Amino acid sequence: MLCFGIGRQIPRGGQEWQVPVLLDIRNVTKTYDGANARPVLRDVSMTLNRGQTVALTGESGSGKSTLLHLSAGLDAFDGGEITVDGTALSSLDDTGRAALRRDTVAVVFQQFNLIPSLTVAQNLSFHARMAGRLDTAWLQELTGRLGLADLTDRYPEHLSGGQQQRVAIGRALAGRPALLLADEPTGNLDETASGAVLDLMLDLVALSGTALFLVTHSRQIADRLDRHVHLSGGKIA
Amino acid sequence: MTRMALLAFWSHWRRHPVQFFTLIAGLALATALWSAVQAINAEARASYAQAAVQLGVDGTEILTALDGPIAVSQYVALRRAGWQVSPVLDGTLRREGQSFRVLGVDLLSSADLPAFAAPEAAQNFQAADVLTPPGRLFASPETAASLAHLPDLPPIIETANVPPDVVLTDIGIAEQLLNRSGQIDRLRVMPVQSAGIPPLADIAPNLRRSTQTSGETDRLTDSFHLNLTAFGLLAFAVGLFIVHGTVGLSFEQRRAMFRTLRALGLPLRRLTVLAVAELMIFAVIAGLLGLAAGYTIAGALLPDVSTTLRGLYGVPAANTLHLRPEWVASGLGMAILGTGLASVQALWRLWRMPLLAAPGLQSWAAGARRTNRIMAVIGIALFLAGVVAMVLFDGLVAGFALLAGMMLGAALILAPILSLILRLGARTANGPISEWIWADLRAQLPGVSLALMALLLALAANIGVGTMVSSFRLTFTGWLDQRLASELYVTARDDAQGAAIEDWLTPQVDAVLPIRSFEFSHAGTPLFVYGIRDHATYRDNWPLLAYTPDVWDMVASGTGVLINEQLARRSQIWPGDTLTISPKWSLPVAGVYSDYGNPTGQAIVSLDALLSHARDVPNRRFGIRVAPDRVRALSQELQTRFDLPSTALINQAGLKARSMEVFDKTFVVTGALNLLTLGVAGFAILTSLLTLWSLRLPQLAPVWALGMTRSQLARLEVVRSLALAALTALIALPLGLGLAWVLLAVINVEAFGWRLPMYLFPLDWLRLFLLALLAAGLAAVIPARRLYRLPPSDLLKVFADAR
Repeated sequence: MLCFGIGRQIPRGGQEWQVPVLLDIRNVTKTYDGANARPVLRDVSMTLNRGQTVALTGESGSGKSTLLHLSAGLDAFDGGEITVDGTALSSLDDTGRAALRRDTVAVVFQQFNLIPSLTVAQNLSFHARMAGRLDTAWLQELTGRLGLADLTDRYPEHLSGGQQQRVAIGRALAGRPALLLADEPTGNLDETASGAVLDLMLDLVALSGTALFLVTHSRQIADRLDRHVHLSGGKIA
Repeated sequence: MTRMALLAFWSHWRRHPVQFFTLIAGLALATALWSAVQAINAEARASYAQAAVQLGVDGTEILTALDGPIAVSQYVALRRAGWQVSPVLDGTLRREGQSFRVLGVDLLSSADLPAFAAPEAAQNFQAADVLTPPGRLFASPETAASLAHLPDLPPIIETANVPPDVVLTDIGIAEQLLNRSGQIDRLRVMPVQSAGIPPLADIAPNLRRSTQTSGETDRLTDSFHLNLTAFGLLAFAVGLFIVHGTVGLSFEQRRAMFRTLRALGLPLRRLTVLAVAELMIFAVIAGLLGLAAGYTIAGALLPDVSTTLRGLYGVPAANTLHLRPEWVASGLGMAILGTGLASVQALWRLWRMPLLAAPGLQSWAAGARRTNRIMAVIGIALFLAGVVAMVLFDGLVAGFALLAGMMLGAALILAPILSLILRLGARTANGPISEWIWADLRAQLPGVSLALMALLLALAANIGVGTMVSSFRLTFTGWLDQRLASELYVTARDDAQGAAIEDWLTPQVDAVLPIRSFEFSHAGTPLFVYGIRDHATYRDNWPLLAYTPDVWDMVASGTGVLINEQLARRSQIWPGDTLTISPKWSLPVAGVYSDYGNPTGQAIVSLDALLSHARDVPNRRFGIRVAPDRVRALSQELQTRFDLPSTALINQAGLKARSMEVFDKTFVVTGALNLLTLGVAGFAILTSLLTLWSLRLPQLAPVWALGMTRSQLARLEVVRSLALAALTALIALPLGLGLAWVLLAVINVEAFGWRLPMYLFPLDWLRLFLLALLAAGLAAVIPARRLYRLPPSDLLKVFADAR
């Protein structure tokens, strides 16, 4: 039996060896500018290993999405450090952070995730082709498993919310990224669709060996992941 | 409820000040260019009307002879029979390189003319002074100043009641000035006639009774004003594209608000009324701003227009602008009408808007594809309608129908053509980014197609009018080189001095070519007949368009006549036909020559033939063929020896320069309107990109999140704008050339009576192409810069907002 801890994996039998940390968040702080500026994240630290699935929960405004965005290099933090696959994000400029999003991480948002001018097929392959890692067989398998085989010529707006989110997940995993960051990917779906999408995502993450860092409100969803981190008032609870 | 709705309406503009500025500026620009043209036209027409009153030609009935001037004996016969008629002699006085229209009238029977009847007139002169030698000349202050230094003229009385460039005088004095003793050009028929006068046919069967107009000049000035109006309308249409785009977007962005208002209980009818009221308030504000700008533009352009009208068409036109109520009303009316037109689609969509579900990008694109198909059909139909109009009907209106069909048709076909090109281009894409760029360009097309239509029209107009003007200029320059072959031109004070100059010059120069002319009449219009001495200058240089093999021998022997193109086209007489110069003088047409810038008919015969048919032909002007290096010395010697003013001697270069100056001034207005229209089109692109800004973010943010930098996206935004502008410019080229052909081969022939060869100017196209790219690039830079500087947190809002 495997048990998961921060930064290390302990095999059966008590022998211990170091597991490479994929995402290392250390003492990160973030404050948004504005009239009522107050810290969104305060001294947050956590790690996530390769292949691990971690749920990030917390009440609205607790800083969950912000932490996810900072981890993807979508926004800059004010203090501390985030390291993804050995690269310190504070050392990257805009181009470097874009390369990180292209090559190492993939993000699934709650909505507005797809490129509206491209078809389902084009959206699915887009990220993998950008990273130069298109594996046609894997893409076909993904398309089939996601139930999108008959929808490849359609445009995003002709799809239901669940279908759109499946395309987003397929696109994110097509290039087999090291880390998948998902920001409430099922937040806009009903319970049935939400369950189906999550099942698929977890299956595919396991199949591709991608680590998953998932923001959710749902305790039920969080319980299905390897580990659960709770954020409250900008701090790890 | 209404108040709250208005507050909600206004809140949109408070949050989108750029959009508000764009809407007002677009409408104001459209109104400005349109009303500037209208102000110029109104001012010019007011000048014509005033001149018509001042010269007594405002709808007065006149008698004219079909076969030349009216004999004094016929005038006397009419008077004796009881006809109340007043004689008029109308001719051109040329002195020292200047031309003035001399109008000789009978003071006693024309006492109603404002120059004589105005209250202040009595203080300025006595009737006896006018009637007895040396007589008096009546002229406007500026004409009087031009006449002041000319010798041998009667005293001049300055009056504001005579139009510019016209000299009014007693007919007896006019006879002497014009060397046309005993001639009458027309008889004014007094409004009140005695009862029982015998019919005209009994007394003077060769006279024709008609209402007086300015005839040929009317037609020419009408076409000039029609040209300006067409340009004004084009600029207005281009401006409306901006308004249409902005209004459409503001309605699109307020869909959610409109839905909420309706959900809260605001009836659809009231919602629509409020939207219309809002638009009308904007129309009035922008209309007033546009009028102010239009007035300024018109004030700046009017002096050049006046110069054109006076120089090229010989019609009086004022230099100063007056604020006319009808102009203000028409400008505001156009602003309101234009806003209405530009907003019809948006209002219709509002009226039909469902309470639920907003369509997405591809539905918008699919809708646009359907619209594209309809537009393509309408565009082709308009194109064909223009061609059919040209085939079935003649005249200027048919020419403009062809132009309108071409331009509107092409504008409507633009979006389908661009869409097709982009679809084909997408097949060449070989990477995810290029695939996305092509797809995004197509998706973006509906949003910018109106701005691109505006750019197409502006570019085509620039290419078309530019090609026309440059072709005209090139032809005109070549024509001037041919026509002004003599190295020096001299004008003597009188015939005696002319003869003395000719005698003195003959032994020491290559040739002395007399320039002698006499005014005849042909088909009721003036015909200036020039007599020339046979010389290689004419045989080698004269620009002939059509001719018989022995053309110059026929002219030299007095058995043939050359006529200008205007006369040939107007009267449909060509080599082989016969021209009747006077009842006793007809000659076969030996050739037709080009004669640009001259509205009247002209003919050339041998000098001997002219002198045998016309008495008192002035012999004061000469062209001198001499080695170019002797021109300066010869001029000085002529001036000293014959005591000539410097204005009496004009060298070839000076004359050409003066002609080119007049030519260039003629097209200053066209050039300015061209540039302004292109500027408005550039502004249209900017506004469409700015107004599409908020719709772009959801399309760009996912690509950014997938690994493209903001600077890459910003660069691509500029490249996209440049690509669309470049494609539009490429499509504008054939359209512009088609437009140029119509202007040169159809409109010019119909309006001015001459056809010009068409030349191509690829460097001008390149310059315009770069200008279009510059306009599109500049327009794209602002939104691109905004994207480049957009904080990531704002881009992330795209994914977070429940939009």
